[in-house]
Parts: sequence; C-alpha cells; structure tokens
Amino acid sequence: MTLLLVVLVLAALWASMATALLRATLALALSSALLAVFMFSLGAVWAAVIELSVCAGLISVVFVSVISLTEQRPLTELLAQRKSRLRRFWPLPLLLIAVGVGLSFVHTPVQIALPLPSGDGDVRTVLWTLRQLDLFGQIMILLAGVFGVLVLFKKEAKDGD
Amino acid sequence: MAIEIPQSFWLYFTFFALLALDGIWCILATRNLVRILIGLEILMKSVTFFLIVAGYLTGRMALAQALVITVIVIEVVVVVVVAGVILGFFREHDSLDVKNTRNMKG
Repeated sequence: MTLLLVVLVLAALWASMATALLRATLALALSSALLAVFMFSLGAVWAAVIELSVCAGLISVVFVSVISLTEQRPLTELLAQRKSRLRRFWPLPLLLIAVGVGLSFVHTPVQIALPLPSGDGDVRTVLWTLRQLDLFGQIMILLAGVFGVLVLFKKEAKDGD
Repeated sequence: MAIEIPQSFWLYFTFFALLALDGIWCILATRNLVRILIGLEILMKSVTFFLIVAGYLTGRMALAQALVITVIVIEVVVVVVVAGVILGFFREHDSLDVKNTRNMKG
C-alpha cells in the first residue's frame, strides 16, 4: 500500500515537472489510475470506477484536445523554457522529501467527534437518500458547465462568420 | 460520538500533504495556463484521496464515496469549462502565458 502511494506521489511530481505537456497529461492520467487502484484496495469500488473512467479517461481526453488545439512553440523557445522550468521546480522534490521525512516522525494520537449519525451501508442508498441535495447540486453544476461551454464556442463561431 | 483514529492516519496524512504541496507548487511556479490546470487537478486528487481515507478510517466508506462522486463531477465540469476558456484565450492572444491575462477586459 505504501509503495502504491509513493508511486502515486511520484506520478503527480512527474505531472508537475514534465517539460512536454503531453507527458504531463500522461503522468496525470497515471496518477488518477493509481488513485483508483488505491480506492479499490480500501473497498471504495464505486468511487474507484468513476475515478478511473472520468478522471483517468475523460479528463485526459480534454487535456489532449486542448494541447493539440494549441500550437507548438519553436525549439529554441522550448529549450529556454526548459531551463527556466528547472530553475523554478528544482526545490520541489527536495521540499517533498523534507516534508515526508518530517511528517513520518509525527505520531500524535488523533481523536475526532463524528457529527452525523452513521449513514453507512450501500453507497447508492447514501447518494440517493441522504445526499439528495448533493445530487441536485451536481445536476445544476453539470447544466452550468454545458451552458458555459456552449456560450464559449458560440462566441467563437460568431467571430468566425 | 468521539472515536480514536488509527495511527495509520499520519501515514495517509503525509501522502495527502505531499500531493497537496505538489499541486500548490505547480500552480504557483508556472505561467502556463494548461500547467496551472494540471496543478489544480493534482490538488483535487489530494482532496479525493483524503476523503476516501477519512471514510476508511471512520468506517463511513459509503458516505465518503458519495462525496467523492460529487467532487469528481465538479472536477470534470471545472476542467471542461476552464479548458474552453484556455482555448478561447489562446485564439485571442496566441499565447498560454498567464501574464497576458492582465490585458483582458473586465
């Protein structure tokens, strides 16, 4: 389990440090897939399926589409950018190692109060009975997203006419 | 009702902190709009990760999964809309540099 989490953090680090955007997108998809495996191993099967199909699949497709629709820069500019990126990102791995080592020494007992009555059982029951307001919010957000994208591309079509 | 959280909490918290730190650094240290979106995604992954861990440690996995599904739906909508905005910005300015957003109207 710990090894899986280490690889997950490394994939996320690769996503943030990769020079090529496509590689960063692949690393992001890999970290989503690893997170889905982690969820599955903890018993969160439904969340794992949605994470794998939506985050590792759909979001990667969106990223690849955006990257393919934007033009590539000249090679000289890319090389200069790589140096600049290295300057800005080299402290990050060191910082992550320092924070990881620092937190590994913390063993304070944690006690929390659970505010809600136990709503455990089947995820479908929880989602459709206890969290109905969340479902309503999801529908509204999805509609807002659809209308947002429609407005963005409609304006583009009008400009092109 | 108060419960004692197992010691494995700190192991999970460490990985949550590393993921969140990675995402925050990615957002702050880059000027490319697509990379900022990637950083936001990593940050969202850390939140998803911690929600599932919280459900696992408190024995309320069904509730945690319901919340994770909500987070994923919101994440997708945010990514799609921001990707549309980035594309529009690129067509207008021929650049993905966040510095050029200073020239935007509004």
